[in-house]
Amino acid sequence: MEATERLQEGEFVAAELRRFRAGAADNGQGWTRGLREAALERFLERGLPTTKEEDWKYTNVSPLARTPFRPARREESRVAAERLASLGLAWIAENRLVCINGHFAPELSFSEQVPGGVKVASLRTILSRERELGERFLAQYADYQTHPFVALNTAFMQDGVFILIPKGTVLTKPIHLVFLTTRAEHPLVSYPRNLIVLEEHSQAAIVETYGSPEQGVYLTNAVTEVVLGDDAVLDHTKLERESRNAYHFATLQVHQGRGTNFFSHLISTGGSLVRNEVNTVLAGEGAECTLHGLFIGDGTQHVDNRTRIDHVEPHCSSRELYKGILDGASQGVFNGKIYVHPRAVKTDARQTNKNLLLSKDATINTKPQLEIYNNDVKCTHGSTIGQLDAQALFYLRARGLGEEQARSLLTYAFASEIVADVKIERVRLQLENWLLARFREQGSAEARA
Amino acid sequence: MKNPLLEIKNLNVKVDEVAILNGISLAVNAGEVHAVMGPNGSGKSTLAHVLAGREGYEITAGEVLYEGENLLGMSPEERARAGIFLAFQYPVEIPGVTTTYFLKAAVNAVRKHRGLEELDAMEFLSLVKERAKLVDMDQALLNRPINEGFSGGEKKRNEILQMAMLEPRLAILDETDSGLDIDALKIVAQGINALRSPERAIILITHYQRLLNYVVPDYVHVLFGGRIVKSGTKELAFELEQKGYAGIERIAQAGPAAGLP
Repeated sequence: MEATERLQEGEFVAAELRRFRAGAADNGQGWTRGLREAALERFLERGLPTTKEEDWKYTNVSPLARTPFRPARREESRVAAERLASLGLAWIAENRLVCINGHFAPELSFSEQVPGGVKVASLRTILSRERELGERFLAQYADYQTHPFVALNTAFMQDGVFILIPKGTVLTKPIHLVFLTTRAEHPLVSYPRNLIVLEEHSQAAIVETYGSPEQGVYLTNAVTEVVLGDDAVLDHTKLERESRNAYHFATLQVHQGRGTNFFSHLISTGGSLVRNEVNTVLAGEGAECTLHGLFIGDGTQHVDNRTRIDHVEPHCSSRELYKGILDGASQGVFNGKIYVHPRAVKTDARQTNKNLLLSKDATINTKPQLEIYNNDVKCTHGSTIGQLDAQALFYLRARGLGEEQARSLLTYAFASEIVADVKIERVRLQLENWLLARFREQGSAEARA
Repeated sequence: MKNPLLEIKNLNVKVDEVAILNGISLAVNAGEVHAVMGPNGSGKSTLAHVLAGREGYEITAGEVLYEGENLLGMSPEERARAGIFLAFQYPVEIPGVTTTYFLKAAVNAVRKHRGLEELDAMEFLSLVKERAKLVDMDQALLNRPINEGFSGGEKKRNEILQMAMLEPRLAILDETDSGLDIDALKIVAQGINALRSPERAIILITHYQRLLNYVVPDYVHVLFGGRIVKSGTKELAFELEQKGYAGIERIAQAGPAAGLP
């Protein structure tokens, strides 16, 4: 375990430990101390993951340990009003909750468009003022025992957003959660922690965006826990648009009750080393989930996507489609596990991973895994790796489109299957613009090469 | 005398070291409709692809002049912008891109090259609406991804619609009649006829004489073994229909092409 020890002793963890032992993480939420200590202890036992572990085989996190990250102070996390425009938030017109460097920023946030009874607040507020809510849900779903980054987040979490949609309430406007990291003298780390609870028969659309107005080096280690009461419906979109020099490790952990419907759209385009995890437990009969993912890499980006769907109860269905577009010398990983428990008869699970490699140096490791412990199921999975279709390219060029334009159009076409299913129109239009611009850039880089 | 719009001189083409075209010569003037007929494997589609600039063909001898310029040195998009149009035998399905988006990008690429202003959304839509009538094309199809889920007839009509939108100087229709029932064939032929003009030349590549009942060519050429073995007027097509391609083999063995226009 030499590698593990070396990673544990990395500057980043050592600095966090000193701060932790000095009591910096309490922040008036004394009751979380026990939880934080347990998570930290667990993390110290196992350390940062190494590529010897099956779940981390294709993603080497050692650059993290070598970087002396530190959390930002609240005072360094205020954004002057005149810089707001540069944050790229203008397109969000609906409810918006913003964290800067891990600290909730009330001056940038508004949530007037939620119906009465809906609770939207900073996590810190809830943990210090409504302890019983915090105790009931916090860290009950995202497992710090097995997951090193969930453990780190649980030990060091600063702030984030708490949302509770009461029974029978339907939100007509989405809620946007925005996590931005600004440039500081030293690389910053933030630990956003979100808790989203939908009670029975409620319905909501929630968007999480991670990004930065600059191109600095920093680490985002985020955890979002989602609890869906019976028959609740949640449409969740995550936009990972971190700086090209950033590290992003995030887990979305969902718990689904009976008859629930969960749709996850994950769009990952930024970061230098990224791990997106989306895990859901179908814990009530007839629950359904759809996990869609689009991950895009170029240059030396490394984007790892891991999903796990636990079919625990009978008659649940899951649909999963992840698409990767990799250019330059980027590396992509798709690791999707579907675990069908013995009781989960009549499970209907389909998983697909399709990848487009745009250059000879780009790589993808795809690993679909089905583990099935009963006989009465319908499960399929498949993955493909391909290049742009030469016939389609010729067809477009034979109609006068330049090679760059034809390439970027076909690349966009590959992505559009995921984009088209994004239900919130404003998000979808914004995504279309971002992606078309991105593929145009890649197209011209290709033509120059 | 005016130069031909297209002049193919002794064109020899190999694919994967196999000789497919063995010395084709053909001159096409603006305003003319030429039919190139031949059995499977005679090199018809290779000729169409080489003219449109598809990769994977090795030109071992000969040249092709288009408006007096060396065509073979141009990229597919340069040819398209210069007014060459290939209607594909097998139009490609492209999920994720609507026909409307694609047509607008294509029309504007060609217009830009010709020094014309790009069409805005309204101008484009009224043009496409007008041209879609030529091939009886349902507007709803245009908002679907390119050729995805289209029937064979819809795909071919979509090719002719693209031709109508791009207004080429030289249109090469590669087996546009194949796989069409008689009603679809009539619609496609009507679209082609509507696009005949003194400024435009059309090369119809076909296996059967059927299309030529509806689009009457000025000249007919018979391709066999990568060479034009016989040229004539529309009567040649009837003769072929009666005698079949078997009769051609004898002509082919007899010697080089005779009776070029």
